[in-house]
Amino acid sequence: MKKQQKIIVFSTLALIALFFIGGNLYKQQQSSAFEESGRKSNSEFIRAHSMSLGNEDAKVYLTEFFDPACGTCAQFYPLVKDIMKENKDEIRLILRYAPYHNGSDQAVKMLEAARKQGKFWEALELMFASQQYWIDNHQVRPQRLWQILTRLDLDVEKLANDMQDPALDELIAQDLADAKKLGATKTPSYYVNGKPLQNFGYEPLKELIESEL
Amino acid sequence: MSNQTNTAASWTLLFFAWGIATIATLGSLFFSEVMAFPPCTLCWYQRICMYPLVIILLVGMNPLDKSVLKYSFFFVAIGWFFSVYHNLLHYGIIPESASPCFLGVPCSTKYIQWFGFITIPALSFIAFSLIGLLLYLLKRRLNS
Repeated sequence: MKKQQKIIVFSTLALIALFFIGGNLYKQQQSSAFEESGRKSNSEFIRAHSMSLGNEDAKVYLTEFFDPACGTCAQFYPLVKDIMKENKDEIRLILRYAPYHNGSDQAVKMLEAARKQGKFWEALELMFASQQYWIDNHQVRPQRLWQILTRLDLDVEKLANDMQDPALDELIAQDLADAKKLGATKTPSYYVNGKPLQNFGYEPLKELIESEL
Repeated sequence: MSNQTNTAASWTLLFFAWGIATIATLGSLFFSEVMAFPPCTLCWYQRICMYPLVIILLVGMNPLDKSVLKYSFFFVAIGWFFSVYHNLLHYGIIPESASPCFLGVPCSTKYIQWFGFITIPALSFIAFSLIGLLLYLLKRRLNS
């Protein structure tokens, strides 16, 4: 019986080791594949239409694919803001859309329309703060979001008009295509100078950014 | 055949069944956690049937306990049926609208296609079938 137990223990350890070694190899491979693409040169990370914040000559380009209806994105927003504040002028934040929830594209359109009136950040923060009111069981309720947005000092008619702009559909499609290409299937997905954040978490994100500073 | 050899051969059958279940389990976790392929609904049901086999068969091997067959049977059978259904869907024999998937990954999503035909549902079918076969052979051996 002892021999059999040894075989079991050995096999289990070998398989688990294989899993982790294989996992690490795969992740390294992914990471270096991304690094080769570089940062500013690769358009999957930044598009002309993308909303950005921060110094254009910043050392670190932080690309975030997010969904306005995503709870984790809302959680990370103030944390990212803190990182930006702590490292003024050294980080440029680029926001990309990955509207994966049902109806999220409507929220994105409202955001872009608010952006045209210079109220992008206010609208974004309001959306994040009020998620529980306009999201019902992972389903976006555009009417409710609309009502909440009208609290901001916005030209409501213009907002409604700008939302209908067909260019927005293209913009969203482009961002989704880029997200797909980069493997950003979950939100939020972070890329620091093109390197994907592989261990998800606030500390890992901070570490990755710091390693590029 | 002496009793010793009989037991050894039986144990080996069970060991291989366990090995397949473990590789299937780790493999599916590799796909979802490392390669970030989100599992669809049917995948989840098959995982629910496959993962416990790792423990059940392990315990049943140590020492060899005949009743392991009784406890593992339904997991293997149910998992096998799900994999059959999933494969029919995947290869287009059943239309997607008849499937239970919604909100996210459709069950017909083809993540891999090794050698032109090996997909993840195919791997699942192979795994459940092999485990079923090995346990069946074990049952015959134990009953003789």
